[in-house]
Amino acid sequence: MPSDTVISVRNLSKLYRLGEVSTGVLAHDLNRWWHRFRGKEDPYARLGAVNDRTSKASSDYVWALRDTSFDVRRGEVLGVIGKNGAGKSTLLKLLSRVTSPTGGEIKVRGRIAALLEVGTGFHPELTGRENIFLNGAILGMRKPEIVRRLDEIVEFSGCERYVDTPVKRYSSGMYVRLAFAVAAHLDPDILIVDEVLAVGDAEFQQRCIGKMKDVAATSGRTVIFVSHNLSAVQSLCNSVIRMQEGTLVSATRDVQTEINLYLSNAQRGSGDFPKRLSAEINLNSLRVTPDQVASRSRAEITVSLEASVATRMTDACLLIYDAKGTRVAILDGRETGLAPMRLAEGRTDLVFEIATANLVPGTYSLGLYFHSGLTNVNLRDLMEMTVLETSAPGVPTYPAEHRGFVLLDFKTRWQSPDASPAPASV
Amino acid sequence: MENPPSPTQAPLAAVAPLETGDDETWDLIIRPKSGWLELHLEDLWRYRDLLWMFVRRDFVAQYKQTILGPLWFLIQPLLTTLTFTIIFSGVAKLSTDGLPPLLFYLAGTAPWNYFATCVTKTSTTFVTNANLFGKVYFPRLVTPISIVISTLIQFAIQFALLLGTLIWYLAKGEPITPHWAGIALMSPLLIAMMAALGLGVGIIVSALTTKYRDLSFLVTFGIQLAMYATPVVYPLSSVPERYRSWMELNPMTPVIEAYRAVYLGVGAFDWGALTYSAGFTFATLLVGIIIFNRVEKTFVDTV
Repeated sequence: MPSDTVISVRNLSKLYRLGEVSTGVLAHDLNRWWHRFRGKEDPYARLGAVNDRTSKASSDYVWALRDTSFDVRRGEVLGVIGKNGAGKSTLLKLLSRVTSPTGGEIKVRGRIAALLEVGTGFHPELTGRENIFLNGAILGMRKPEIVRRLDEIVEFSGCERYVDTPVKRYSSGMYVRLAFAVAAHLDPDILIVDEVLAVGDAEFQQRCIGKMKDVAATSGRTVIFVSHNLSAVQSLCNSVIRMQEGTLVSATRDVQTEINLYLSNAQRGSGDFPKRLSAEINLNSLRVTPDQVASRSRAEITVSLEASVATRMTDACLLIYDAKGTRVAILDGRETGLAPMRLAEGRTDLVFEIATANLVPGTYSLGLYFHSGLTNVNLRDLMEMTVLETSAPGVPTYPAEHRGFVLLDFKTRWQSPDASPAPASV
Repeated sequence: MENPPSPTQAPLAAVAPLETGDDETWDLIIRPKSGWLELHLEDLWRYRDLLWMFVRRDFVAQYKQTILGPLWFLIQPLLTTLTFTIIFSGVAKLSTDGLPPLLFYLAGTAPWNYFATCVTKTSTTFVTNANLFGKVYFPRLVTPISIVISTLIQFAIQFALLLGTLIWYLAKGEPITPHWAGIALMSPLLIAMMAALGLGVGIIVSALTTKYRDLSFLVTFGIQLAMYATPVVYPLSSVPERYRSWMELNPMTPVIEAYRAVYLGVGAFDWGALTYSAGFTFATLLVGIIIFNRVEKTFVDTV
């Protein structure tokens, strides 16, 4: 085994039991022990065996994680992606020793620190300084270490003035900043980060990502990062594992391809077609080509309609919303001569061609607006459209959430003030 | 949904067959179950700074929220002792072995209160810290141990009250014969025994309450009853001979009696009984730590 493997996970499994964990009644359990002590059958299991079907009994148990094996090498920044319930959080809990596995094993080299929450154990009555020590100690730091880094932590948090104030008087922003400052100065060999980045404002999130990048890049530390924020995974990780229904589906260093794969799988599930638009018209499908649109490149959206009788349509618009539901763009068919039009009986495909999708990478949602005769329909959330980062523009881009919606084509130049057109008054 | 691996995918998880022989090259191995006696007490030592932080937090948090602050630690035993003096000595005319009642009750309640507080507070370890335990790993035993230590502060204040009262009575010329050397030598031992017993009982209950919540009601109630089964408000000498051996089965009996013996010069100081107490305490603590260790591993799943 290569010694630069810092985490080795073998056949890791975790079984959860749904519903009541035990009978919960002391008398029952005492009775059970007494029976077992005398070498007799469990009186309650016997009752249960008669009443319950095997299938019902077995469904009380859920494998949150099953037979998962992978290795993490030193200096790797590993992203863990997957839908809710895929086993990501369970994996983190096991790695951080919050709970024990049901089967398999994890072997670790070096000090491991897990950040499943920012500000764990903060006490409102204690001052900022006291909480730095408390939180640091909870996260596994020794006191001399904290003392050594105290100034750095306080400076990073930007709470110098309030460091001797009880944190219950802090604003929530300050609270989170202070908490993250402690976590950021942990210096473990392996850092495990859950979606803590989901809390806090955008600036804070950016700072977290920046700090995590530093940690991984400068010191060759290992980071395991679980997130739904795919753009964060994309910008941060140099390898990724994808989980699905408690098992590991793939592990690869090709982060970009894996994310695309994940997105295309996620997308396939959304949207149930055909959809009824009016008495006469059905929406058979909505298709985005390519599957993932690269920002600043061409995209086609095909609206496949089926009319039971020939129908006149006065309006046909494609609407683009961002993930939060804000309308980003409207492709009005009237501008291109698509509408008004006569929709012939049978199938018709309307193609909206976008020459350059000047959209910031992210997930968008597509909607349609139709007006035909007496009906007009406005449908939202018909389908997701994923816009991905094109090749790096040479400089690191800001996180997607800071970049607004549109990518404008622009140029810059230097110009000396003298060369500027003289003001009219002179 | 199988996706054929594209040629660009460098396999990261080249899974080797399960290796077993190289355990010593790893710093940490997480497996489902460990032996009953794998207690990892060395982990506790690594987290000693956290222990002190918890002690500090408990103390600071406790007095910051009150008006009178640490004074409460004084007022509470004073009021209890006064009540005892009125009821047990004044009304019920229970024996105080010829000592001033105030002094007698202070010498009994100070150690008993310490023990009782240790048990009740540590018995809720898992339930009160569920959120914290669900987010971060540290040896869970740190929490109850920190409680036992931070409760010492309360005890120290009551202890000072006892010493002050003792000196006041001595100055008044009461015929009391404290063993000063005994106080210096025995105090740490007796405190350690109470702390260990309180911790042991408390963590057993805390582990059981993760399964049976109703036990926590039993504890508060049980501790109150237990006080009357311990010679706190009466001397052991006043107990009829035929019950006395039963009383001595209570591991707190020799401790409280020994307290009075060294501080006030009355009561049974019995090395044999104290040895029994120490053995009982050790066994309780060991059982407690073992059960606690079993529970801490999967407790997060059940809450």
